[in-house]
Amino acid sequence: MSTVYFIAQQTMYFAIPLLIVALGGMFSERSGIVNIALEGIMVIGAFAGIGFINIFQKAMSGQILLLLAVLVAGAAGALFSLFHAFASVNLKADQTISGTALNMFAPAFAVFTARMIQGVQQVQFRDTFYINKVPFLGDIPVLGPILFRNSYITTYIGLAIALISYFVINHTRFGLRLRACGEHPQAADSVGINVYGIRYAGVIISGILAGIGGLTFVVPTSTNFNATVAGYGFLAIAVLIFGQWRTKKIFVAAFFFGIMKTFASAYSGIPFLKGLPISNEVYKMIPYIATLIVLTFSSKNSQAPKAEGIPYDKGSR
Amino acid sequence: MKRNKLLQVEGFTSFLSSLMAIAVGLIVGLIILFISNSKDAIPAFVTILKGGFEDGARGLGQVIYFAIPIIMTGLSVGFAFKTGLFNIGASGQFTCGAFVAIYIGVKWSFVPSEIHWLVALIGAMLAGALWGSGPGLLKAFFNVNEVITSIMMNYIGMYLVNMTIVKTVYDSLKNQTKPVLKSAVLPKAGLDKLFNASNVNIGIIIVILAVAIIYIILQKTTFGYELKACGSNKDASRYAGINEKRSIILSMVIAGALSGLGGGLLYLSGSGKYIHVLDVLASEGFSGISVALLGMSHPIGIFLSGLFIAHLKVGGFNIQLYNFVPEVIDIIVSVIIYCGAFALLFKEIMNKIIRQPIEEIAAESRDVKTNTTADNIDEIDTKENNTEHREEL
Repeated sequence: MSTVYFIAQQTMYFAIPLLIVALGGMFSERSGIVNIALEGIMVIGAFAGIGFINIFQKAMSGQILLLLAVLVAGAAGALFSLFHAFASVNLKADQTISGTALNMFAPAFAVFTARMIQGVQQVQFRDTFYINKVPFLGDIPVLGPILFRNSYITTYIGLAIALISYFVINHTRFGLRLRACGEHPQAADSVGINVYGIRYAGVIISGILAGIGGLTFVVPTSTNFNATVAGYGFLAIAVLIFGQWRTKKIFVAAFFFGIMKTFASAYSGIPFLKGLPISNEVYKMIPYIATLIVLTFSSKNSQAPKAEGIPYDKGSR
Repeated sequence: MKRNKLLQVEGFTSFLSSLMAIAVGLIVGLIILFISNSKDAIPAFVTILKGGFEDGARGLGQVIYFAIPIIMTGLSVGFAFKTGLFNIGASGQFTCGAFVAIYIGVKWSFVPSEIHWLVALIGAMLAGALWGSGPGLLKAFFNVNEVITSIMMNYIGMYLVNMTIVKTVYDSLKNQTKPVLKSAVLPKAGLDKLFNASNVNIGIIIVILAVAIIYIILQKTTFGYELKACGSNKDASRYAGINEKRSIILSMVIAGALSGLGGGLLYLSGSGKYIHVLDVLASEGFSGISVALLGMSHPIGIFLSGLFIAHLKVGGFNIQLYNFVPEVIDIIVSVIIYCGAFALLFKEIMNKIIRQPIEEIAAESRDVKTNTTADNIDEIDTKENNTEHREEL
């Protein structure tokens, strides 16, 4: 049983950042803007968040510091995503262009700034955020060990974001408008919805979430930030497509991938896998191969937003 | 005749808007240098501009060496763009090509030594093509989005190559691949003497050939036309009798082969480059996206933009003398690419400035001719040209 708990706890570290960032991507893409800049926004978010922790960790520590850092990361991500929104909404540019530019800019900016301020490119931080056991909740049988031990507060933030996203996109007026702009912006415009405004909102939400996701990725897995999030932004895009742009399916996809990834990285801690004569690299490949196989059998009907990637031009026919 | 003139202006304005993007990127770079260290900013900026010209022919050789792999991955991404696919998997295809080239270069000593390098390069192309065919097949038959499969194939390729290296051509002391046999190193053909740099070889000629072949395929053949047609409208091309499944698969295979060849060309250049067994994706694949975007997915544009980025990269190495980080170059290039997004805006402004005299002429001729509708049609035509161009971007 302890193995199951171990796997569940490890899975959170991988799945939660993917979940948050993929949900961010969902807000952008369902408003009609393809956002391949998620990777770059994650880097900026993590850089700002970790930088904040690095500066203020002498003054405070623990959950308050992390929560403030989450806010900083979200704000930095939102600011950075404005570049993408401006290019793809106002300038009607190809959305791959600004996405690629942002992805290239972010790590270079992080390295440059870190080197300029502190001389080395790694930004160090002390991990004072680890929660050994949440009081009371950690004692619940089964659920307690899975959710409320060996965790980080970001896990709960991630789960809350998933719930809120589901509600916002499916059950609010804003969500309906957002979806309309992604499916048929002309129709949305004809009933008085401000397509540009909604698309801006979509991209900014994706920026906030990707920024938070970047910080969420770095905090549990490392004690310094080295201007990279190891391709998680691209994986989040994969999770988004895998999840067919729908909240529930994204949730399932993120956890599917997270569990696979856990087997890959922590198999030596899992007794029955440790004994098998399989090389390290095979385990590392499994998450990706499994995703390919699942996709092969589940992609016949793609539910991508119809107007995705097409700049909205008021004058077009 | 008037239409011809306008088309010329169209090409001219897109060239001008690229130049403007480059200028803005460089200015941002200069500002950043100034912020970090105002004393050395100007000499460092001059070093960046000089780039490959810093060190005479040797520097140019260095530019070519850097340019070869990113031109190939750029061609790969750009070719896929033209056919309506986003090949984000150039990295995995590149790695697979590189590995097979090294494997043949180390192990296949039975191949006649004159053609050993050629066999290794062909192997690299086939490996890249195989890796590219995966997303193509899945897209054609199972409707799986090629972006996600390409990303997955990148990681699978990287881990697979790492695993196979350890089992076959592993130098365990240095955690990298073994050096290839002499006969597998690309011939110099005198180019090393011309550039006074040992890592210049016939790779650049192969790159030029590849650029020419891709240009001809895309612009001059029915096959290329079919690929592009599928890219711009799948349903219409199916209606016109084009086999769209075949087109998707073939364009991914060709894109993969180009990336794979790039991997082969880099690792057979005899410059002391080895694949290190690390869990990191090859960065050349992602640079290829930038190169393709900067070159507007046009083969010749990609060739020039690859050389340009390599030129800046050499400058980036040189500014370390002034204690600046080479990442400044990435910032400059990303700003340039971002300003590519302003191309439309630039173009509209340019059109307003340049087109005015032409429109005056048109207005005069309108007075002479009584038929004004023809002009209107022309105007609509040019508008359509504009939107077409926008989509090509």
